Amino acid sequence: MLTTDRIGGSALCLLALFVMWESRALPLGTWRQPGPGYFPVLLAALLLILGALVWAMGGGAAPVAGVGWGEARHALVILAVSAFICLGLERLGYRLTMLSALLVLVWLVERKSLLAAAVFAFALSFGSYYLFDTLLRVALPRGPFGI
Amino acid sequence: MAETLQNLALGFSVALQPPVLLYAFIGCVVGTLVGVLPGVGPLAGISLLLPATFGLTATNAIVMLAGIYYGAMYGGSTTSILMRIPGEAASVMTCIDGYAMARKGRAGAALAIAAIGSFIAGTVSVVALMLLAPPLANFALRFGPPEYFALLLLGLLVLAYMSGGSMVKSLAMAVLGLLLGMVGIDQMSGYFRFAYGVMELGDGLGVVPIAVGLFGIAEVLATAGQEVPPKVLKPKLRELLPSRQEWRDSVMPIGRGTVLGFLIGIIPGSAHIIASFVSYAVERRLSRHPEEFGQGAVAGVAGPESANNSATSGAFVPMLALGVPSGPIPAVMLAALMVHGVSPGPLLIKQQPELFWGFIASMYVGNLMLLALNLPMVGIFVNVLRVPYSFLYPSIIMFCVVGVYAVNGSVVDVWIALIMGALGYILRKLGFETAPIVLGAILAPMIELALRQSLAMSDGQYAIFVSRPISGTLLAFGAALLLLNLVSWMVRGPDWRRRIPLDEKGENL
Repeated sequence: MLTTDRIGGSALCLLALFVMWESRALPLGTWRQPGPGYFPVLLAALLLILGALVWAMGGGAAPVAGVGWGEARHALVILAVSAFICLGLERLGYRLTMLSALLVLVWLVERKSLLAAAVFAFALSFGSYYLFDTLLRVALPRGPFGI
Repeated sequence: MAETLQNLALGFSVALQPPVLLYAFIGCVVGTLVGVLPGVGPLAGISLLLPATFGLTATNAIVMLAGIYYGAMYGGSTTSILMRIPGEAASVMTCIDGYAMARKGRAGAALAIAAIGSFIAGTVSVVALMLLAPPLANFALRFGPPEYFALLLLGLLVLAYMSGGSMVKSLAMAVLGLLLGMVGIDQMSGYFRFAYGVMELGDGLGVVPIAVGLFGIAEVLATAGQEVPPKVLKPKLRELLPSRQEWRDSVMPIGRGTVLGFLIGIIPGSAHIIASFVSYAVERRLSRHPEEFGQGAVAGVAGPESANNSATSGAFVPMLALGVPSGPIPAVMLAALMVHGVSPGPLLIKQQPELFWGFIASMYVGNLMLLALNLPMVGIFVNVLRVPYSFLYPSIIMFCVVGVYAVNGSVVDVWIALIMGALGYILRKLGFETAPIVLGAILAPMIELALRQSLAMSDGQYAIFVSRPISGTLLAFGAALLLLNLVSWMVRGPDWRRRIPLDEKGENL
C-alpha cells in the first residue's frame, strides 16, 4: 500500500542519490584528510540509509489517499502570489508589488469586497513600508518613479 | 555568590535603562500577540522581527527577541484556555484542562494560574540560568573541536530522540537540514558547493529564510483554507482570582514544572514543547485524582504552563555558555547576536559582562511586565483573534517577505523561504517534523568544521573522538539514545514520545 512514509522515504532516497551525483565535481579528499565533497557525500549516504529505513518501516503509516488535500488549491494560489512577490519586488518596488499581491489575495482569492480589499492592501503595503523603511531603517526596494 | 550579586547589580543597571525597558516591553507585547495568534509561533515571530533589531544595540536586540520568546509562552496559554486552540505548540497540554476549567466558568482562574505559574517558573529559572551559565562557560573553555563535534552530534540525536513520532524520520530530517547547510562556500577549501552559479548562495542558505519558510509560510499554506475559529470565552476581571483550593492544588505542580522545565530546557530539542508534555504526564501520574485530568484539573494547567516557561530560560544556558543552540529558537537568537558582532560562547560572560548580565536582569523585569500585561489585558489580546483569517494570513505573508528580504536585501532569500514553505507544507502533510531541519541547517557548518579540525589535530585518527574523556562521554550518551530507541522499537510499545502526536490530536486522552 502507498503510505505517507513510503512516499517520504522514496523522496529522501532520490534526494540522496541526487546529492551524490552533484557532489562528483567536488574533491572527496581522503578518509584521514577530508575534502569539500567528503561531508556532503557522507551525509547523502546517511540520508540514503535513513530514507530506505523510513520506506521499509513505513508499511503501517497513514495511507496517502487518507491525507486531506482540501486546502491544496488554496495553498497553490498563495504560493503563486508569493512567487509574483519575488519576481516583482525589485522590479516594481516593495509598495506596488505588495499592494497588488494583497489585493489579489483578499479580493480575488478570499472574495472580500473590492473596497475592503483595496483599503486593506493600500494601508498594509504603504503602512508597512513606512514602519520598516522609514522608521526602522530597513531598506526596502523602490520601483518606478521612486514608489 | 557575592560576585554573582555584584554582576547582577551591573545587569540591573543596564536592564533598567529606559531604552532597554522599552525594548523589553515591545518584545513582551509582540511575543504575547505572537503567542495568541494560532500558527505564528515564537520561532516565526522572532525570525520575522529579526530585521527590525538590526538598527539596535546588541543588548537591546537580544532583550527584545528574548521578550518575544517568553512572551509567546505566556500568550499561548490564553487561546488554549479560552478557545481550545493552542497559540503555539507548547500550549497544547494547557488546552485540555484549561479549556475544561473555562467551560466550568473558571476561565479567569485558569488564566491567573497559568500567568502566575509562568511568572514563578520564569523568575526561578532565570536565577538558575544566572547561577549555572558562568560555571558551565568556564568548563566549556576545555572544549576543543572534538568535544564540540561530539556535543553538536549529541544535540541532533537528542532532538531526534525527543521529537514526537519516529526517531528515524526525525534523524532523516536532521540530515536533510545538515545537507541544506552544505550549500555555499566550503570554509576550509573555498570551494563553491551546490550554488549553481548563484552568487548569493555563496554564504549558504540563511537561517531566517529556512525558519520563516518552514514555520511561517508552511503554516499559512496549511491553514489558509480552513474555517473560522470557534467562539471565544471572555472572562471578567473580577473572576481572575483563583479560589483557596485552586491555589493549594497549583503550588506543587508549579514547583515541579519549574524544575522539570529548566532541566529539559538545557537538553537540545524542542524543549518547551517536551517540557509541557512531560510535566502534564508527571502531574497526572502523581495526582491522587487522575480521573480529574481532562475535566478541568488545576494541576493540568499549572504544571505544563510553568514547565514551558522554565524551559525557555533553560534553553539559554547552552546558547550563552557554550555558543551552541539547543533548538531552532535559540539558534535564530544566536544568529541575531552574530549579526551584531557578538559571539556567544565561553568568553561572552568575561568579555561582554554588560550584555550577559543585562540580558539576565532584563528577564526578571520582562517576567514582571508579562504578569502585569497578561492578566488585566487578556481581553485586548484575545481581540486579535477576531481579525478574520482572510485578512490575517496575507499580513503574515507580508511580514514573512519583509523579514526575509531585510536580512541581506536579497530576493534570493525570499525565493528560498518560498521553496522552504512549499517543502514544509508537503512534509507536514506526510507527517514529517520540520524542526530538526532548521537545527541541522544551522549546525552543519559547525559540525563539519569541528570534524575536519579534529582530524587535522589528530593526523587523521578518528580515535580522537573517543579517546578524549569529554567527547567520549558525550558520544556514549548519543549511542545510548540510539540503543534506547532501538530497544523501544523492538518491544513495539508506544513510549511517551510516540504519544505526543496522539495527545495533540486528542486521541489519547
